Amino acid sequence: MSLGYLSGLSRLGPSNAGSFAKAIGVAAIGIAMALGANSAVAQAEMKPSSEDVKKYLRPAAIPQPRKNMMTPERVALGKVLFFDPRLSGSNFISCATCHNPAMGWSDGQPTAIGHGMGVLARSTPTILNTAYQRFQMWDGRKRSLEKQALGPIEAGGEMAQPLESLLPELEAIPAYVEMFEAAYPGEGITKATLGKALASFERTIVSTESPFDRWLKGVDGVMSESAIRGFAVFKGKANCTACHDGFNFTDNGFHNIGLPDNKDQGRYGIKPIAVLKGAFKTPTLRDVALTAPYMHNGQYQTLEEVVEHYDSGGTKNMDNLDPNMKKLHLSQQEKADLVAFMKALTGDPMDVIVPQLPIK
Amino acid sequence: MNIKSWKMIGAVAFAVVTSTAASAAEYTIEQKNKTFVVNGQQVEEFTIKAGDTIHFLNDDPFFHNIFSLSDLKTFDLGSYPAGQMKDVTFDAPGEAEIECAIHPEMYLVLTVE
Repeated sequence: MSLGYLSGLSRLGPSNAGSFAKAIGVAAIGIAMALGANSAVAQAEMKPSSEDVKKYLRPAAIPQPRKNMMTPERVALGKVLFFDPRLSGSNFISCATCHNPAMGWSDGQPTAIGHGMGVLARSTPTILNTAYQRFQMWDGRKRSLEKQALGPIEAGGEMAQPLESLLPELEAIPAYVEMFEAAYPGEGITKATLGKALASFERTIVSTESPFDRWLKGVDGVMSESAIRGFAVFKGKANCTACHDGFNFTDNGFHNIGLPDNKDQGRYGIKPIAVLKGAFKTPTLRDVALTAPYMHNGQYQTLEEVVEHYDSGGTKNMDNLDPNMKKLHLSQQEKADLVAFMKALTGDPMDVIVPQLPIK
Repeated sequence: MNIKSWKMIGAVAFAVVTSTAASAAEYTIEQKNKTFVVNGQQVEEFTIKAGDTIHFLNDDPFFHNIFSLSDLKTFDLGSYPAGQMKDVTFDAPGEAEIECAIHPEMYLVLTVE
């Protein structure tokens, strides 16, 4: 506590006050060490390192492909399409049905529910920060958001709408003709422009500032001591950063994390390499508290259960287990701290204005 | 002289023959920050000669799994941790796409002349 107070002083501005605080801080650390205080105490007082600041704050620029640079017209069109259930065969399911902005851009279901209320094999991933993702879908089968956006529309179990019949439907709605023309002049309403418009909107869905980000920026009192300790466990003993690293807390990679119930071959279906049997994409942890249940099959209801899973080291499935998975032997306090840290990754609520859909 | 010793001599003779006959070069390609790095430079393309060997060295604090499913050469080096190295010799000319199974953004086109 006293160290927290002193480090608060150092931000008062005058350099001599800073040096004074630093000097006393160093002395206090020395005393703490002499008294045999354990490293957890020192970590709790820890400030983010300059490396942390560089590594974990969201880059201001959103990556976008040269062939589909974002414009207000493209984003506006994509947003209307995203919320329009007429993109589905039943005219009842929109992208937002599963990627619900009120539920962390996911659906709160263990696995997704699609056409005819059919239950699908994998959970709905959030679309938060997909602009920064190198691979789309749980098994990474699509690289670009432009291509990904069309997949679920056509998939029989999902939106069940062949694009060949969707395009004339959209062409029959005058406002869509105008919006497509404004967004992609002279290109018409095609599979390509449909995918590009949806991708443009999805790229705008980026994480907002969380307590963790404010802490990185030096704001005091926004992260609990437990969450700060959790960050140290996250990077250290629990080695979560082996996969969940960088501002988006993902390595854009694929791992079999040893879920006991998994019978899905995952990435192996796309790339038949042994290590990929039962492997799935590392999801972002931004807003993770909003997107329960967890894992590609939704088998864990809470972050506490997730931490228990990683603590166990996982169980081989499909004859495979990622070599980063090991028993962690975390204390109850460390587990609670990890959960507190993950909850501190929840950004400020987004104000999403649902668009009025064009009428026929 | 027992059979084991003969085997050893055979192995030594074989090693000498391969190293002299091929006069092959050896290259180290590091896996660092989820990229392929040669002499400190990130590479997406690399050219060697037939018979040359590449040492794939993991210089990241997590596992990599280098593989190729190319027509030229199909191999899967499996997962290996920081500091470990696995070797592949490319005997025939052609082109091989080399990737990391765990981190598919790691991608290298190798030309064998």
